Amino acid sequence: MKKLINYKPNRTNGILLGILPFVLLLIVYMMGSEARLAVNPNDKLLPAFSQMGDAMYRMAFEPSKRTGELIFWQDTLSSLIRLASGVLIAAAIGLLVGLLTGALPLAAAGFSPLLTVISLVPPLALLPILFIVVGLGEMSKIVLIAVGITPFIARDIQRRTQEIPSEQLVKAQTLGASTIQILIRVLLPQVMPKLIDAVRLSLGAGWLFLIAAEAIASTDGLGYRIFLVRRYLSMDVILPYVAWITLLAFLFDYLLGKANQKLFPWSQEAKS
Amino acid sequence: MSQTNTESTPVIQESIIQAKNIGKQYGNDVILERVSVTVQEGEFITLVGASGCGKSTFLKMILGIEDPSSGDLLLDGKAIPNEPGPDRGIVFQQYSVFPHMTVLENVIAAKGFQKSSLTGYLFGKEKQQAKQEATEMLEKVGLSHALGRYPDELSGGMKQRLAIAQALICKPRILLLDEPFGALDPGIRADMHALVLDLWREHKLTVFMVTHDLKEGFYLGSRLWVFDKVRHDPQAPNAYGASITYDLPLGHAPKELYEEIDDRLRPVDKNTSLSTGSEG
Repeated sequence: MKKLINYKPNRTNGILLGILPFVLLLIVYMMGSEARLAVNPNDKLLPAFSQMGDAMYRMAFEPSKRTGELIFWQDTLSSLIRLASGVLIAAAIGLLVGLLTGALPLAAAGFSPLLTVISLVPPLALLPILFIVVGLGEMSKIVLIAVGITPFIARDIQRRTQEIPSEQLVKAQTLGASTIQILIRVLLPQVMPKLIDAVRLSLGAGWLFLIAAEAIASTDGLGYRIFLVRRYLSMDVILPYVAWITLLAFLFDYLLGKANQKLFPWSQEAKS
Repeated sequence: MSQTNTESTPVIQESIIQAKNIGKQYGNDVILERVSVTVQEGEFITLVGASGCGKSTFLKMILGIEDPSSGDLLLDGKAIPNEPGPDRGIVFQQYSVFPHMTVLENVIAAKGFQKSSLTGYLFGKEKQQAKQEATEMLEKVGLSHALGRYPDELSGGMKQRLAIAQALICKPRILLLDEPFGALDPGIRADMHALVLDLWREHKLTVFMVTHDLKEGFYLGSRLWVFDKVRHDPQAPNAYGASITYDLPLGHAPKELYEEIDDRLRPVDKNTSLSTGSEG
C-alpha cells in the first residue's frame, strides 16, 4: 500500500477530479433553486438556469428601450476598454520605472523609497481624490486601475531586472556595449516575459478596481450593471454577469500565458 | 582594437599588465597582499590556489569590476580602467551568454555593441558582414551546427564555446577566463583546452585563466601563478592575505614540483588519504 503522498492521478482521472467540484456546485445550486421555486415561483434569490438564459437573452440581443443599445455588449466593451487602458498604462510605466530602477543604482537610490511608499497607499482611498481632480468621467476609472497596479508591476520588474546575473552586464561591457545598449538589448528583452507575467498577476486587482470605480460612478459597464440591478434583486442578471467576468478573466490569463510561449520561447515563463 | 606597435623600443618588450605591490581587503579581511608581477603580451597565465585565496579577485581587478585597496595595477603602463571594456574579454563559469538570443544572434549582437549606435542593432550590409564573421567564428569553435538554437538548448561545453566565440569576435587583447571549464565533464574539458590553446596562438592573446584544477593549470598555458598565504595567524585567519607564492614558466616544470604544490594547496587530501578530484 502506497502512502497517500505518493498517489498521483493519471491524466483522465486528473481531469475528472478537476471537473467534479464544478459539477457538485451546479447540482447543489440546481437543487436549491428548484426547492425555493417550488415554494414560491416568484423567488428571485436562486433563479433557474432558464430564467438566467431569458434575462441574458434580453440583455444581449434585444436593444434597450431607453437607449437602443445591446446592454450586455455595451457593458462588456466599456469595461474592457477601461481595463485595457488602465493595465496598458500601468504596464508601460511599470516597465520603464522597474527597468531603470532595477538596472541603474542611481535611479534605484532616487526612486525606490518613493515607490515603496506609493505601493503602500490603498488605491481605493485615492478614489475620492481622483473624482475631485479628474472628474467622474472615464479618466478617473482608468487612472484608478493604473494607480492601483503600477506600483506592483514596477516593483516586480525592478526585482526581476536585478535578478539578471551581473555576469551578463559585465560580459556586454566587455563586448563594447554602452549603458543604453545594455538596457535595450540585454535587459529589456529578458524582462518582457516577466512583464507579461506581472500583468497576469495584477489583472485580478485590475478587475477589482474597475468594478469598484464603476459601482461608484458610471453609467455603463459590467460592474455598474451588477450594482444597478442589485436594487431589484435581479440575481438572474447578476449571476451570469459574474460568470462572464470570470470567463473573461480566465481568457486573458490564458491568452497572456500563450503569448509568452509564442513570443519568448527561450524564457522560463514560456515553460511554466 | 589593433595591436599597438612597439617597434620604437625593440630591446625591452612592452609589458601589458603590471601589478605593483597590490593589496585588497574587505573591512578587516585581507584577501590579497603584496602582489607584484609583470606580464608580457602573449603570455598564457593560469591562476591556481585554494578557495577564497584571491585569484578571482585578481582577475576581477584586471576586468575592472574590483579596485585594489592599495598598490597600482597598470595596463600598458597606465592605470587600468575601473570598468569593463572591449580590450579585456571575459568568459565566466556560467551566465556569460545572453539567454534570449540564439547562438548566431549572440555573436552578431557582440559585433553590434561595437557600433556606437543607440541600440546596437545592425542593418543591411553591416548586418550581412557581421553575420558572415559570426558564422566563421562559430565554425572555428565548432558550433556551426547549432546556429539557431537558444543557449538553454546547449550543453555546458557548447555554452562555453559560444561564450568564447562571443568574446573573441570583439578582438580583445586580453582574454580572462574565470573557471571556464569548472562545470564540464573531463572529456569535454580536454576538447576545450585544445580549443583555447588554438585560439590563443591564432589570435596572439594574453590569457589569464583562473582554475581550481591544478592539473589544468600545470599543463595549460605558459606561466603558472599559485596564490597562497605566506603568513598565517591561527588566532585571526583573515589577518593576512594571499600572495603569489609560485610564479613558474611552464612547459618544463618537473613533476615533483607539481606534487609539492598540490600538497600545499590541498593538505587535507593527504591527511585523510582521500583521492577527491578538483574541489568544486
